[in-house]
Amino acid sequence: MAHITRGEVEHVVALARLSLTPPEIDRMAREIDAILDYVETLRAVDTTGVSPTSHVIPLATPLREDRADDPIDPELAVANAPEHEGSAFVVPAVIEGEEEG
Amino acid sequence: MSDPSQSRYEVVIGLEVHAQLRTESKLFSPAPVRYGEPPNHSVHPICLALPGVLPVLNARAVELAIRAALATHCSVHEQSVFARKNYFYPDLPKGYQISQYEDPIATGGWLDVPQEEGAAPHRVRLTRIHMEEDAGKSIHDPAIVGSDATWVDLNRAGVPLLEIVSEPDIRSPAEAVAYLRTLRSVLRYIEVCDADMERGNFRCDANVSLRRQGETRLGTRTELKNLNSFRFVEAALEAEIERQAGLLDEGRAVEQATMAFDPATGRTRVLRLKEDADDYRYFPDPDLVPLVVSAEQIERVRQSLPELADAKCARFEREYPLSAHDARQLTESRVLADFFEAAVAGHGDAKSVANWILRDVLRALKEQDLEIEAAALTPEALAKLLRLVDEGKTTAKSARALVPELVLRGGDPEAMVRERGLEAVSDTGLLERTVDEVIAAHGPDVRRYRSGEKKVMNFLMGRVMQRTQGKADPSAVREILRSRLEGDDPR
Amino acid sequence: MAKATVAALRAALDAGQQSARDLTEAALARAKSTQSSLRAFIRLREEGARADAAAADARREAGCVRSALDGIPVAIKDNIAMRDEVVTCASPILEGYVSPFSATVVEKLGAAGAVVIGSTNMDEFAMGSSTEHSAIGPSANPWNRKCTPGGSSGGSAAAVAAGIVPVALGSDTGGSIRQPASFCGVVGVKPTYGRVSRWGLVAFASSLDQIGVLTRTAADAAAALEVIAGHDERDSTSVPQPVPRYTDALTQDVSGLVVGLPEEYFVEEGVDPEVLASVREAVGELERAGARLRPVSLPHARYAVATYYLIATAEASSNLARYDGVRYGHRAAGAHGLSDLYRRTRSEGFGAEVKRRIVLGTYVLSAGYYDAYYRKAQQVRTLLRGDFERAFAGCDVLATPTTPEVAFALGEKTDDPLRMYLSDVYTVSANLAGVPAISVPCGLVRGMPVGLQLIGAPLDEATLLRTADAFERLAPQHVCEPPDPT
Repeated sequence: MAHITRGEVEHVVALARLSLTPPEIDRMAREIDAILDYVETLRAVDTTGVSPTSHVIPLATPLREDRADDPIDPELAVANAPEHEGSAFVVPAVIEGEEEG
Repeated sequence: MSDPSQSRYEVVIGLEVHAQLRTESKLFSPAPVRYGEPPNHSVHPICLALPGVLPVLNARAVELAIRAALATHCSVHEQSVFARKNYFYPDLPKGYQISQYEDPIATGGWLDVPQEEGAAPHRVRLTRIHMEEDAGKSIHDPAIVGSDATWVDLNRAGVPLLEIVSEPDIRSPAEAVAYLRTLRSVLRYIEVCDADMERGNFRCDANVSLRRQGETRLGTRTELKNLNSFRFVEAALEAEIERQAGLLDEGRAVEQATMAFDPATGRTRVLRLKEDADDYRYFPDPDLVPLVVSAEQIERVRQSLPELADAKCARFEREYPLSAHDARQLTESRVLADFFEAAVAGHGDAKSVANWILRDVLRALKEQDLEIEAAALTPEALAKLLRLVDEGKTTAKSARALVPELVLRGGDPEAMVRERGLEAVSDTGLLERTVDEVIAAHGPDVRRYRSGEKKVMNFLMGRVMQRTQGKADPSAVREILRSRLEGDDPR
Repeated sequence: MAKATVAALRAALDAGQQSARDLTEAALARAKSTQSSLRAFIRLREEGARADAAAADARREAGCVRSALDGIPVAIKDNIAMRDEVVTCASPILEGYVSPFSATVVEKLGAAGAVVIGSTNMDEFAMGSSTEHSAIGPSANPWNRKCTPGGSSGGSAAAVAAGIVPVALGSDTGGSIRQPASFCGVVGVKPTYGRVSRWGLVAFASSLDQIGVLTRTAADAAAALEVIAGHDERDSTSVPQPVPRYTDALTQDVSGLVVGLPEEYFVEEGVDPEVLASVREAVGELERAGARLRPVSLPHARYAVATYYLIATAEASSNLARYDGVRYGHRAAGAHGLSDLYRRTRSEGFGAEVKRRIVLGTYVLSAGYYDAYYRKAQQVRTLLRGDFERAFAGCDVLATPTTPEVAFALGEKTDDPLRMYLSDVYTVSANLAGVPAISVPCGLVRGMPVGLQLIGAPLDEATLLRTADAFERLAPQHVCEPPDPT
């Protein structure tokens, strides 16, 4: 019995902003299914009342004093940019509302 | 605006406000928080989400969040968790926003929103307040970027925000605006946020749905985004209510959607249908540990809270005393209230100081498009000006004329009076002589007065004032004229 | 000279027999001459290294030697940022990316006077156990060039094993330092979570990643760890406790040391019997030197791999979202609009293993599955941490094999991701629990190195290093050389 369907893989691939060819999707579905099958073993563990680990080593919250450092040189900010106009990054036009998800 | 559709249906509104915190640096990075800079002039590797960077929480942002939570009567949670909200957008450099999800810093709370004169305030409950970082800006305007591109500016990315979510307790667009004004006032009072919608540091999204009167279930709601002024909030809500009412009247369903408001047409339109709930895959941020604030720290912040607007207003009414109307106006802004109290400390007559502020100072501010914070006029200077009038050293009229300049440029009222020759003429002898000259020059008018036309007094007063270039004390002149005209001392 | 330890090189420097420049030139030369057979490095930093070496010599001349590592050539893994240098994590998506800042560990190495000669090869974004998932191709094991050096810090392990540098930094998320150390017959240390700053380490799985060291001896590891460990304000998960002088802890004394043997890690199934025998013998050596062996149980250890893969991939899917072609790195050409740009860039830029983990991780966090997978895994993690706490209540260290097998052949496991993941069975639990662990060579099986893993209590690297150092002296035959690759 499959843990993950081809459709779910396609959905997740889109969510992660990847694109795979149909054979790649089939292969991915098989591989992920095998891994999820293995992971099923966790179901047997009784975790009633167990809190999820948020951090392995207990720490007091580190806080930073509210003092502004000098910003980096704007030229340096875009130095690695594949495309920039002056100090702004440039991307293909975004349709307003084509946000999120 | 009385809209028939609003009476058929009950309007249910909830508001989400994003308020930028007044910090020097960003929430998780030491980059400066600045307004109006060219793109990417105010960034740090953390803001750019470069490989290998890590977030560290700003202490002051935490304190301001606690302050806001206490001022709105929320429960502050000793432990809260930062979570990643995952989505892709060019102005979100990490591909996730650090926010708070299941465990926010504060929940519960309320704001008492003033209603029409005489009505009791309406309590709007708050669901929660949490901390999160702002995204950068995408610049779409083709005039700037051309037709095929979007520019990305990350100056704003990482700026600390409070998200303040209300319960859907608001029942009209007007009340929504009143709620926003109240919230803005509170945040300014406690110096947590400048709350200036025009500068974008106080942003509002509104959720609105309709239901039949008496129905308890909530109708399907739509979300209005990018409302950048109170006027727009009200207009957008009204437009959307009308649209939803129209659908429901026809027996059609309202679809869940994100809407945009077009001020040109006065209508709302669908930006995005919310068929799929967005899957943000929230999980606790593993680069941060839970935020723990102690009961002692919360208490310390509580002690440091200033007197808030409603308490101050009640005190003004009681102590000075002032009318409810004047008290409310003066306490709308903490800076204005402090100004008033400092001026009264220097002058003593609260009613007089209130009048001068509400009438003359506020008008001058409005004309010069200034807020009280920017006024050069000091409370001490205002007190001094009023004392000059009280002592008859200048006339009220001359003094009032000085206010705009004092507000814009400041200065010493006494020096100004002297330099401009605005000293009141109060020398009785001179006044008597001037009155006599006027009476002598206007015989027919004097006769008319004495035959019963009391209105002629004003004309004769005007003549005297003119001869003294307006510097005579009007009440002294009136007294002298009256006594001459009515024969206390007939000439 | 090329295959010396930090201690030996330092002695040569002190005695004036070699200069820092000599050492750096030798290291660079050896890196180049072994590159075609081993491919340990992804990039060398010749100019910078020469300048740093010259500065080290000047300092030595002026009598201002900074530390035990002053003038010593070292290497860093290609997921550790160095200012003004390219860092790519062996991924096409970061091709040409130049970092404007250095990782804290690199700053510390610089302050200590060490000379970074280049960046070592790795599995892309540290995702892998064989260094075969690299944009430039696999590294090879100096003991047998048809075998993998392990991963993901395979390049660092090969560089140390082949005597190119005595110290290389690696990163360990599920065993990525210890497993290659075991496969290549060198020492590998993963510190306690939070002991070494992650500022400047390109994140894979934030709650599991740690930078550590690969060296020829435990003493060198102690010296190197002393330099790179310490609290860092820039890392909110960094522990504030001061760093002990690890080199002072090497007393060579293990009498009375209680060594726990987790029964779940000594079952015959799933492990090469000769590897197990070798590890048992090593543990016997410790006992003969005065340590006490004690059986313990880590009941949740058998869930560790599954738990690890759920947590690590979830965090990775989020950490890798920033690679979108907008601000740095590769951007796909010919995209129609923004969504297309994202998809093409990321599909072109990430290798198959990375994509697989992103998809799994995204799924694990997605609506409807979060509770069953991610949250469940974090709960099991809590239980596993409890197992370790109980074990350390009665033991000073735990001993296990590092890997279930010796280095496997290149290409052997690349078609079966699950089989690859299962080779992490002994190492992932230390990352999940946040405890420190070290792998030391303990013998050869069919000519290939075997590693003994020691796991310590939180912040007790000192005991691990002391035990490892003592073991080396008890069984010096295990500190040995691979056949010369050139």
